[in-house]
Amino acid sequence: MANTQGTTGLRGWIDERFPLTQLWREHLGEYFAPPNFNFFYIFGVLSLVVLVNQLLTGIWLTMNYKPSAIEAFASVEYIMRDVNWGWLIRYMHSTGASAFFIVVYLHMFRGLLYGSYKKPRELVWLIGMLIFLCLMAESFFGYLLPWGQMSYWGAQVIISLFGAIPGIGEDLTLWIRGDYVVSDATLNRFFALHVVAVPIALLGLVVAHILALHHVGSNNPEGVEIKKYMNDKGQPIDGIPFHPYYTVKDLVGIIIFLFFFSIVVFFMPEMGGYFLEHPNFEPADPMKTPIHIAPVWYFTPYYAILRAVPDKLLGVIAMGGSIAVLFLLPWLDRCPVKSIRYRSFTWKVALTLFAISFLVLGYLGALPPSTGRTTVAQIFSVVYFGFFLAMPFYTKGEKTKPVPDRVVFTTVTVDNAGEAKSAVPFGEVDKARMTAK
Amino acid sequence: MRTLISMILFVVLPVIASAAGGEGYSLDKAPIDLDSKASLQRGAKLFVNYCMGCHSAEYQRYNRMARDIGLTDEQVRENLIFTSAKVGDTMKNAMPKAEAKKWFGAAPPDLSVITRSRGADYIYTYLRTFYVDESRPWGVNNAVFPSVGMPHVLWQLQGLQKPVYETHKGPDGHEVHVLKDFELVKPGSLTPREFNDAMGDLVNFLTYIAEPIQSERKHIGIWVLLFLVVAFAVFYPLKKEYWKDIH
Repeated sequence: MANTQGTTGLRGWIDERFPLTQLWREHLGEYFAPPNFNFFYIFGVLSLVVLVNQLLTGIWLTMNYKPSAIEAFASVEYIMRDVNWGWLIRYMHSTGASAFFIVVYLHMFRGLLYGSYKKPRELVWLIGMLIFLCLMAESFFGYLLPWGQMSYWGAQVIISLFGAIPGIGEDLTLWIRGDYVVSDATLNRFFALHVVAVPIALLGLVVAHILALHHVGSNNPEGVEIKKYMNDKGQPIDGIPFHPYYTVKDLVGIIIFLFFFSIVVFFMPEMGGYFLEHPNFEPADPMKTPIHIAPVWYFTPYYAILRAVPDKLLGVIAMGGSIAVLFLLPWLDRCPVKSIRYRSFTWKVALTLFAISFLVLGYLGALPPSTGRTTVAQIFSVVYFGFFLAMPFYTKGEKTKPVPDRVVFTTVTVDNAGEAKSAVPFGEVDKARMTAK
Repeated sequence: MRTLISMILFVVLPVIASAAGGEGYSLDKAPIDLDSKASLQRGAKLFVNYCMGCHSAEYQRYNRMARDIGLTDEQVRENLIFTSAKVGDTMKNAMPKAEAKKWFGAAPPDLSVITRSRGADYIYTYLRTFYVDESRPWGVNNAVFPSVGMPHVLWQLQGLQKPVYETHKGPDGHEVHVLKDFELVKPGSLTPREFNDAMGDLVNFLTYIAEPIQSERKHIGIWVLLFLVVAFAVFYPLKKEYWKDIH
């Protein structure tokens, strides 16, 4: 019998056969997290909330959606009108898609701010990047399904990008579409990929992401390792159990997020044409090219990079490179200090420029190009890549500030050990904590 | 395919970009009020009488419309259904698409979600800016949809109007004619003001059928937000209570 948890009764019975209590302890009850998570640390749990939202609403949409070129558009309108609460399910799904990218971009930016991709969390970052790739694939496949004009022509343009690959390009696009143009065959396979293949990969990767994170422990805004000081039970003295502390805190974060999410779902589901594009309310017409084809907002930074390069093949390479370079981040950044709080002015400037270039490229990618805009896009593409490619040079021997040894508390109160004003020096209070926990 | 993508990226988009930079006829704001049942009912009457001969609203059911705009099934059956449709059917018409394409150059589009793709303001302006143009097959052109294939179906109501151009020098020194206003040359059965109101009702109705749930979802949304405020009021103190022993 394999019950090492000392549980009895039904839980004991289960623990002998399945590591229920062990899982609970390792991932919630006794997963020790730093106590100083700030605003940016909510976006991990919010991505999970949005993922669950997408899965559940997706299942219900699938019950009434028809993946056929003739019926797809009509079936979406059927969901909007004749299915009970179908409009709500559809808007939660469409808003959820954009919300997913908002929270994931902020989650990734958090990683940049506090150096969460650095040793020992390189795999957390890499698995996260794979999740990001899956997410982009998922939204691309899903966007074809309503079978509106933007669905159709967006897919047409993006698939044709593969045609730029020398030699196999044309055959590859044919293989992806399953036809000479985007058609019923394309819709069917995109549906299969959107509702079965990619979600399975996504779920597996999310589990791996969390397992890897819980193996090494969470980073924090100070960028110091709480595992450096353990108590006699082998628990970080500065850590607090995820449950109940972060479950109650995240619950508040989730409620605030849902408030903003609901404002969009109930009052502005089209979000001015950015979450649901206006031309997508016109059924797909292979004979009629829309006047302006723009990808949905979350792809526009990469699209701007594609258009900034005059040569098509090089443009596609640059676009792919703009994502690929993110995978290398843990090895491009050579500064041992994690958090931006203790890093150099140079790094702060570089990161700010990168954030600005991402936003500007995103803005330009949504607009029709003009000579002036292309020039601006070229400048900011250089900034985007410069941030990464010059990183090994400007982060080597970076002038950093001294990093505190431990997570900084403003005040620390320990119930059975009185009060202390600062816990940075290793004092009596800490000794009490080491045995009290 | 390579050519298609290059065409889209390097030919179509710049052309559009320069076209978009040109002066277009500015759109008027459509008076949308989805809570005005009277306006929606007047709009429905105009829609079935003037639009449905050629256009359909194939996703909108008659009885759903009845319920939402404050009519009974009986009233709809007697006043608004001109085909053999049952009250639970969607608002289709009998015009064959292939024939229609021959007559007008393009089949009249379904209008179920037209205000969502084009915008209510566009439709409102479009309906009011047909003008006499003898060079066109139907003798009319349109300010926001140049070379439109649709005849001026509402001319008996609006009358016929002539375009008034304003001439000024373009940046390259050439004279540019800009459509500025219209001049009524043959009055219709409605005064210009009555016609504007009627078109407001019609566009209001089109906005309703584009998303029948729209006003209800906003009412529901208020309750959802209130619920979340209450949930916050409950869970934030709970968080505070737990975190007391942290800092």
